[in-house]
Amino acid sequence: MDDDTTTWSVGGKTLRSRMMIGSARYPSPDNMRQAIVASKASVVTVSLRRENPDTRAGQAFWSYVRELDVHVLPNTAGCHAVSEAVTTAKMAREIFETDWIKLELIGDDYTLQPDPFDLLEATTLLLAEGFIVFPYMTDDLVLAKRLVDVGCDILMPWAAPIGSGRGVVNPTALRLIRERFPEVKLLVDAGIGAPSHAARAMELGCDGVLLNTAIARAGDPVAMACAFADAIRAGRAAYTAGLMEPMEFAQASTPTVGMPLWHEPS
Amino acid sequence: MQIVLNGEPRDVSDSTTVRALLCELHLDKSAIAVAVNRTFVPRSEHVTHRLAAGDEVELLAPMQGG
Repeated sequence: MDDDTTTWSVGGKTLRSRMMIGSARYPSPDNMRQAIVASKASVVTVSLRRENPDTRAGQAFWSYVRELDVHVLPNTAGCHAVSEAVTTAKMAREIFETDWIKLELIGDDYTLQPDPFDLLEATTLLLAEGFIVFPYMTDDLVLAKRLVDVGCDILMPWAAPIGSGRGVVNPTALRLIRERFPEVKLLVDAGIGAPSHAARAMELGCDGVLLNTAIARAGDPVAMACAFADAIRAGRAAYTAGLMEPMEFAQASTPTVGMPLWHEPS
Repeated sequence: MQIVLNGEPRDVSDSTTVRALLCELHLDKSAIAVAVNRTFVPRSEHVTHRLAAGDEVELLAPMQGG
């Protein structure tokens, strides 16, 4: 089972934890910091928004995150066009001093479903600019194939719509992506609501899970961060141990040889 | 002249630079990235990039995100 000494790598960096954690929607900045520390996540997602010169809210937030021993994964949340996402990515690279970018391009405002066509175009442009792209995508196998074809070695499919907390709604699709692209780093982003959902994603062979709302909106975000950390470790351990094949019918687990007389048919 | 700063009209001196604008706002030493008319202006160009009347300037900073 993975422990704190087991590492893995993604996007050119070596990480201890398979959990990535968002920085939004916590009850307070202190609570955010405590939850991130408790989660032991190695990666924290952040975004870019307009700075108000009077309140300087962005500077205050950034000072909180910079004190943590984590890698920062900036996102392009809210972008609806390729040009917006590319500009945002370049601005994020300068501020956060990282080539990592979680590329979000929304195609539908009702479900916040990512736009596969714009995603592919923006990924191609950003890879050419030297970015390491974490593409937030649907669980479509052909989209995964196209992204891999243009050089993306990280895929970030949703489990369910952002903030819905529904868990992995299409495990077959995730399993197919895993089987077809064993070399890519497969990270589930969005839609996880409970530690059991995260464990399920890891059991399917995902390399990591990105969480935000499920922790930030929990009754006790710090305790929930610990619960998710345990679930992700357990799910990963189960995947590497090799799960049994499900069966249609019962199969006795207790041996049938050596049964006493009264079990014999009369 | 007037520019649009983060969506709000703002008066600045003629042909001011990005760098001068950031200094005026006391944001010159902050974690800020700049776009003018939706195009990223890297930090290395802040000193030379002159603003024109009507320019749409976006000053972005780190913020919470998922």
